[in-house]
Amino acid sequence: MKISVRINGSSREDEVEPRLLLIHYLREVAGLTGSHIGCETSICGACTVMLEDKAVKSCAMFAVQADGREITTIEGLASNGSFHPVQEAFWNEHGLQCGFCTPGMIIAVKQLLDRNPNPTDEEIRHGIEGNVCRCTGYQHIVNAAKAAAKV
Amino acid sequence: MADNQRERELAMITQEFNYSRPGSLAEALKLIADGGKPLAGGMSLVPMMKLRLAVPEHLVDLGRIADLATITEDGGKIRIGAMVTYYAIESSPLLAAKCPLMVTAVHQIGDVQVRNVGTIGGSIAHADPAADWPASLLALEAIVHIQSAGGTRDVPMEEFLVDTFTTALEPGELLAAISVNADPAGAGSSYQKLVQPASGFAIVGAAAHVVRGGGTVTKCRIGITGVSGSAFRAKEAEAAIEAGKTPAEAVKGIASGVDANSDIHASAEYRKAMAEVYARRALESALA
Amino acid sequence: MATTTVAKTEKLVGKRIRRREDPRLITGTATYVDDIKLPGMLHAMIVRSPYGAARIKGIDTSAASKLPGVTAVYVGKDVVDVGPVPCGASLPGLKVPHHHILAQDRVYFVGHPVAVVIASDKYIAKDAADLVEIDYEPLPAVTDPEKAMTAGAPAVHPEWPDNLAFTYHQDGGDADKAFAEADVVVKQRITSQRLIPTAMECRGVVADYSTGDKALTIYSSTQIPHLLRTLLALMLSQPENKLRVVAPEVGGGFGSKLNVYAEEALMGWAAMRIGKPVKWIESRRENYMCTIHGRGHVDYYEIAAKKDGTILGLKVKIIQDLGAYHQLLTPAIPTLSVLMLPGLYKFQNVKAEIAGVFTNAVPTDAYRGAGRPEATHGIERIVDMLAVELKMDPVEIRTKNFIGNDEFPFKTATGLEYDSGNYALPLKKAMEIIDYAGARREQAEARKQGRLVGIGISTYGEICAFGPSPATPAGGWESALVEVDPTGKVTVYTGSCHHGQGEETTFAQIAADELGVSIEDVVVGRGDTSRIPYGIGTFGSRGTAVGGPALYYALQQLKEKIKKFGAMMLDSPEVEFANGECVCTKSGKTVGLGAIAGASYRAMKLPAGETPGLSVTYFWEPPNFAFPFGAHIAITEVDRDTGHVSVKRYVCVDDCGNIINPLLVDGQVHGGVAQGLGQALYEHAIYDDNGQLLSGELMDYAVPRSTMMPWVESSHTVTPSPVNPLGVKGVGEAGTIGCSPAVVNSVVDALSTLGVKHLDMPLTSEKIWRTINGSAN
Repeated sequence: MKISVRINGSSREDEVEPRLLLIHYLREVAGLTGSHIGCETSICGACTVMLEDKAVKSCAMFAVQADGREITTIEGLASNGSFHPVQEAFWNEHGLQCGFCTPGMIIAVKQLLDRNPNPTDEEIRHGIEGNVCRCTGYQHIVNAAKAAAKV
Repeated sequence: MADNQRERELAMITQEFNYSRPGSLAEALKLIADGGKPLAGGMSLVPMMKLRLAVPEHLVDLGRIADLATITEDGGKIRIGAMVTYYAIESSPLLAAKCPLMVTAVHQIGDVQVRNVGTIGGSIAHADPAADWPASLLALEAIVHIQSAGGTRDVPMEEFLVDTFTTALEPGELLAAISVNADPAGAGSSYQKLVQPASGFAIVGAAAHVVRGGGTVTKCRIGITGVSGSAFRAKEAEAAIEAGKTPAEAVKGIASGVDANSDIHASAEYRKAMAEVYARRALESALA
Repeated sequence: MATTTVAKTEKLVGKRIRRREDPRLITGTATYVDDIKLPGMLHAMIVRSPYGAARIKGIDTSAASKLPGVTAVYVGKDVVDVGPVPCGASLPGLKVPHHHILAQDRVYFVGHPVAVVIASDKYIAKDAADLVEIDYEPLPAVTDPEKAMTAGAPAVHPEWPDNLAFTYHQDGGDADKAFAEADVVVKQRITSQRLIPTAMECRGVVADYSTGDKALTIYSSTQIPHLLRTLLALMLSQPENKLRVVAPEVGGGFGSKLNVYAEEALMGWAAMRIGKPVKWIESRRENYMCTIHGRGHVDYYEIAAKKDGTILGLKVKIIQDLGAYHQLLTPAIPTLSVLMLPGLYKFQNVKAEIAGVFTNAVPTDAYRGAGRPEATHGIERIVDMLAVELKMDPVEIRTKNFIGNDEFPFKTATGLEYDSGNYALPLKKAMEIIDYAGARREQAEARKQGRLVGIGISTYGEICAFGPSPATPAGGWESALVEVDPTGKVTVYTGSCHHGQGEETTFAQIAADELGVSIEDVVVGRGDTSRIPYGIGTFGSRGTAVGGPALYYALQQLKEKIKKFGAMMLDSPEVEFANGECVCTKSGKTVGLGAIAGASYRAMKLPAGETPGLSVTYFWEPPNFAFPFGAHIAITEVDRDTGHVSVKRYVCVDDCGNIINPLLVDGQVHGGVAQGLGQALYEHAIYDDNGQLLSGELMDYAVPRSTMMPWVESSHTVTPSPVNPLGVKGVGEAGTIGCSPAVVNSVVDALSTLGVKHLDMPLTSEKIWRTINGSAN
């Protein structure tokens, strides 16, 4: 079926199979490979994108469900040539190592700070609970979220 | 998906299906009457489909039916539409003020992304034995509002849950909403949960809802999830609390009568023992 | 020629510098294997065994082949000529099963690849894979290595009914004599459960065959592109000079991508056969079933000591669960455990034996620490048990037995020569940070209230910087190529293949310092065999500790050449090179690196005996391993009602020698601790008796989440290694190795008032609850 979406500010229309997962649509149809796939069971959060104002796991939705909606992926966070404060904070605080979970993790932190501009450590940890990182032990990610909150 | 079955899928691709996205409840009910499978938030159904444990031929996406996504209050009854997301519950001032158990419970479910999309109707209709909601909804004596092309019916939560992945929903029926009572004066509640560390589901979840008056507990309701195939009310313990027993006394043997699940995360024996611990903690917190 | 090279004087080594690889990673513009899209690319889906052991009676691929969009379906007999998945380890008498890339007439573990479907789209490939009909005759399986060793157990490979792949003995000193002379002997069975590495990026391969020039390119999420190239060339009978391996961005490895997998050869073979690019991306469920697991030890420890706590000797029997096959290093991993058995202690009598046992499970192999965490866990547990037996403080017993600062280089009973150390120092520092005496007082108070609070210490050593070539299966050196291009920009190509460790930054720091240029003028390349000299790869905490020195020596040679050009251009033999320019010490005249580089390529004139260009390749052979060490202390509290363990404080002081970038070292430690804590408390790859993997996905295998990790109070001491010119020791595995015994010792300490002496990992709430309630299970 035909869907039309706005991704990172640009509108597009595509003919898709109903079973096409949103993550596959973003990666393979729209060519936005920044969001990743780390599991099949909606645990890891590597595929997290913003659907309107909400962070969602795009591996647990079909592209047709996003019809008519606005999607923001990691590729759409930086603006006017400068990083989003959360991206900048991940860079400064070494909030990533292999980088695979990072796009989803950054979106999760963005969602957290959108709703809670001054989170405690515990709130940060709760806020990124849906994103698995195997490299950092999360500590520098917590630091990054705190640093981004100060911006 | 609390079970571990042998031949599960290796990939993340569902079978083919037809997809409808009705704009009204009436239209949705017609499609469901024709055998369509309702798709709510998809937080349970989509992973099941990816593992090809669920293979619906026709998905009916309820995502654009505004009527199903509202929280309303009418005469002390709070009606929560099936498509109300966990996040909407978590951030509802109405529920925070009048039914705080819903809010404290939802905060312990899943993760941010799941709460953004997951819906209360989808969760309850899925009837995962490790789901969190049933404990609180049993303790709140929630009513499940069911609609079909043929009409409506109301079922108490306790009767709605039949067994693992099995509810009182008949073919062609849709869980349209649930309703709970606004807390009366003197109410207290708590949800306490032993988390399965990999999935975040409940190994044991215990919800307690009490009403105090004149120095005694006039009403106590306890819901327990995760222990067995279906969440249950702990009526003997409720009666014991209402009779003035302490939580520690009341919870003894609270799950002795149920056929407890056993898996790699917890044995039946441990689940039963933890049902006592978490029910006691929920009661102590609700009474505090 | 114009140059934009910026000279600088500020040293970068030792500074907390944010990483240069991050901009592409935080913007989603990095290219991992699954991000590669080639014209005409096909997609593969693999059909795998649902049985732990079965005979394949028949395969019907006709329905799958007929599905529109399907290019081909291949089964075992199609690929029978492809060479076996290689085992690089050699041990005397080792039994090596022929490991075909697709199963032939039997399957040996759940997930064993049986057929591959190749189609125009992965959705179609998946649908077709479901149509492949395989007729299995299930056979009895065995997954517990101790059961596999008993008479009458099902034979994993029918030709070897005892399931024993090898036995291995190593003795140092005279353990029997030491035990005879001992006042006290403590014995304990100590296990290190099977773990699943869980790199966040699963494996993936894109194979691209150029029919015109008969050249094959393999893009693979690997830690070892060159070794993979050599071994794939042998498997596929493809000339190695027409085989290119690219490790693009790699989303974590932890040892699981230090391997050569059936799928890498299978995709190469299929691409050659079909003449089109073929992509295969592993799902998480496949990753859990088919990518190597780690650990899998059942060990029997005995320690002998004098009454005063002096350790005399150690006897250890290791039963290694190998799984059904040998992957690249499978049988070698427990031999590393044996090497590590003496820990930081000076006793000289060790008797060790290994039984390597086949089971109907995916092979075990190198996972973060690879053999050393198992040994460290064992030695640090048994030393703690000895302390309890002798009523000594765990600090005292360790300090008493530490190798002294004046004893380095120190020859151990297992034949190693420890390079340098000051073992009491990190322990002292960790005790200060955590206020050890105060913590013990608080513990005593807590106990009076009936609370279960424990303090656990581990003082670990590890073998890093793998390693001298004679001690490794495939060469333990590393390569570096440094090039200054005609405009004066610097490129470093390293044979190590970092995948998150940050060498794009640390190597640039080293090069910028040595050449006196801005870090912005240095680019670090890796991972593409067509661009870099032959290299070994990144594993065994060797990236900076072996690749770094290779780079350092390449830079020294390059600087000599730069000086010769500088001398020629300044017309003086008295020239120094510093801060990116050559200075004539007499005239004070200078010429910058950019001008020198330009002149070296223009080559109008050359220094006597010199060649044009500024490019040096250096292969560095390390003379020894490096031996980091440290002390970790965990304070835990156990919930008496539920058995839940909370880590209240976690302090670690690691000594990895000199530190190039403290920010990155902290990151390595935190991540390492998370994986150690995962093993201690949560993670367990569980097979049932039929060979079904019950913890087969992230919903059932608990890797630590953000809410499960304590704040890690990380600190360092610095004892440079004399083994390499950078003085570095390696830090990638330290956190993992140090952590698990600290946590388990802490929980055992918490429960010691109940008479508990030992607990095996993972310390799940139920296990602890059963322990408290006296009902073992």
